[in-house]
Amino acid sequence: MSLLQVRELVKHYQSTGLFRTAAPPVRAVEGVSFDVGQGETLGLVGESGCGKSSVGRTILRLQEPTAGSAVFEGVDLFSLDRAALRKMRRRMQIIFQDPYSSLNPRMTVGAAVAEGIEIHRLATGKNVGRRVAALLEEVGLDPAHARRYPHEFSGGQRQRIGIARALAVEPSFIVCDEPVSSLDVSVQAQVLNLLADLQRDRGLSYLFIAHDLAVVRQIARRVAVMYLGRIVEQGPTEALLREPRHPYTVALLSAVPEPDPTRQRSRIVLGGDLPSPSDPPPGCPFHPRCFHPRRDQRCRTEVPLLRQVGATFAACHYAESTSFSEGGVSAITAANPATSHLG
Amino acid sequence: MTRVLHVENLRISFPDAGQGRVYPVDGVSFTLERGKTLALVGESGCGKSLTSLALLQLVPEPGRIEEGSAIRLGDADVLALRGESLRRIRGRRIGMIFQDPMTSLNPVFTVRDQIAEGVRAHFEVSKAEARRRALGLLQEVGIPEARLEAYPHQLSGGMRQRVMIAIALSAEPEILVADEPTTALDVTVQAQILEVLDRLRDSRGMAVLLITHDLGIVAGRADRVAVMYAGQIVEEAPTDRLFARPSHPYTQGLFASVPRITGPVERLSPIGGSVPPPGAWPSGCRFRPRCPQAFEKSETMPPLLPLGPDHRMRCWLAEDAARSNVHA
Repeated sequence: MSLLQVRELVKHYQSTGLFRTAAPPVRAVEGVSFDVGQGETLGLVGESGCGKSSVGRTILRLQEPTAGSAVFEGVDLFSLDRAALRKMRRRMQIIFQDPYSSLNPRMTVGAAVAEGIEIHRLATGKNVGRRVAALLEEVGLDPAHARRYPHEFSGGQRQRIGIARALAVEPSFIVCDEPVSSLDVSVQAQVLNLLADLQRDRGLSYLFIAHDLAVVRQIARRVAVMYLGRIVEQGPTEALLREPRHPYTVALLSAVPEPDPTRQRSRIVLGGDLPSPSDPPPGCPFHPRCFHPRRDQRCRTEVPLLRQVGATFAACHYAESTSFSEGGVSAITAANPATSHLG
Repeated sequence: MTRVLHVENLRISFPDAGQGRVYPVDGVSFTLERGKTLALVGESGCGKSLTSLALLQLVPEPGRIEEGSAIRLGDADVLALRGESLRRIRGRRIGMIFQDPMTSLNPVFTVRDQIAEGVRAHFEVSKAEARRRALGLLQEVGIPEARLEAYPHQLSGGMRQRVMIAIALSAEPEILVADEPTTALDVTVQAQILEVLDRLRDSRGMAVLLITHDLGIVAGRADRVAVMYAGQIVEEAPTDRLFARPSHPYTQGLFASVPRITGPVERLSPIGGSVPPPGAWPSGCRFRPRCPQAFEKSETMPPLLPLGPDHRMRCWLAEDAARSNVHA
């Protein structure tokens, strides 16, 4: 059985407009389901505003869900009271994109890492310091740095502190919310390697949220692609990148800038902007920007459900006839004038 | 080739905590050519953005451009210009776009008015003519007519960046400096903006200086690449050559750090450690403490040494490579 099962998760943000008029809710997450296995990484990929961060935060109940369920180690997370939830948080942690804003600037690094250990009474007295030193060493920091303050560290080192802090309570599951997006490439690689080592050594499971498909490929064997609050495609990473079935996955993949000028890929440049999540289009959420040659009236009225097509699950009425070629999608003709097709 | 701008031995200094000065840009030279893109690539703190600001004398206080630096724009000595003559270069001959368009746009003017204002700042035309030209510019950068009367906050990040490009173009500059123009944007939007920049470079014959940390957007776009580390150019070559034969150990380290979307998934080989701040650069080769190939000679600072056709690197290993090329 999987470690975490999420079913039909919905998260709407109710906002009141100017002068207390009722504004339509922001539909950040619209019925998302997935499993994360023991020791496994699921990549959750999408662009700004697709709802991927809301999924991570709602599962941990940093934000309350609107509907749906999440079962972790056999426990229904959404029905826990405060005390039970606090106990459960020992098992589930999160690391953020910007570790600086999640660290208290007036707390030494040692105190920040020790906090969880003390709250959950995992050690007392001198043993707390010993555990902190061991954790700092495990994430590649000098244990002597425990006495320093967050501002004395570089971005990469701060992310290591954030990881040590999450590990302090011995979780089995960590939500990694864009953990390497703001780091320079050489430091990004160090942190990705560290996360992989920790997973191997501790048997951790990750929900790895990112906008960068290449980064996700580096760390996750399975991936789910989100668009406007929904998972539009999900499956083994390699299969999904090799034979994308949803046109959005195709476009996202073709937009990844690859440091190799010899690879002449066909590029699809999507037209238009992401629709507002408070006023999503009817039918398939991607239909106003879709370039699939078969898109039709059905796409404008009927929301496509995730179903197995080939090696992945795709939410497209015409996923069977999505064509692709290695690393690109030259076979699809850009029928949509809003979308330009570069050869 | 038509040389548009030439930078020679650019050095920029800032006072450090004590009495001395530090040099975050330390001896940078390059040339921009008409209709070509030069990419200046490097990680945070390498001096690439400061270099681009120097082109317009926009180095922030208390920084200063050192004696002995030269920036030639056509016949003009940019560093000697002051006041009105400097203003005629800023925007007019060298346009600039930045990472975050929102902070550069005026929130109380419509898109069309901001661009018309840009036109009138550089050309003596009527308001009506300026608005007419603004419309043309918006079409050129791909902003739908329906958004003409929109305010900046009503636009997406990608649309705002298009507005910034249109404003930069309003002066019909010979050179466009794009400092991380797509870093804050999603990948599909990034693809749109880069396509616009490429198209404009070709249609207008502009020289483009693309400042970026992302090797991926350089490939298939820039004609030449210069890689910066610790205030210096450490390797430069035509793009295809640099990607085929990255030679400086730092450039090689950068390539080994980037996760790929194709090919086998292997453990990344990052560069160890991190970039030291300007005051803490080592003597000799600045990459020496992090370099897996450092040797005795690295304790002396290498100049940019020839490595092949139009290919140079700041590493003593170039001597061996050149010798083996001769004998091969």
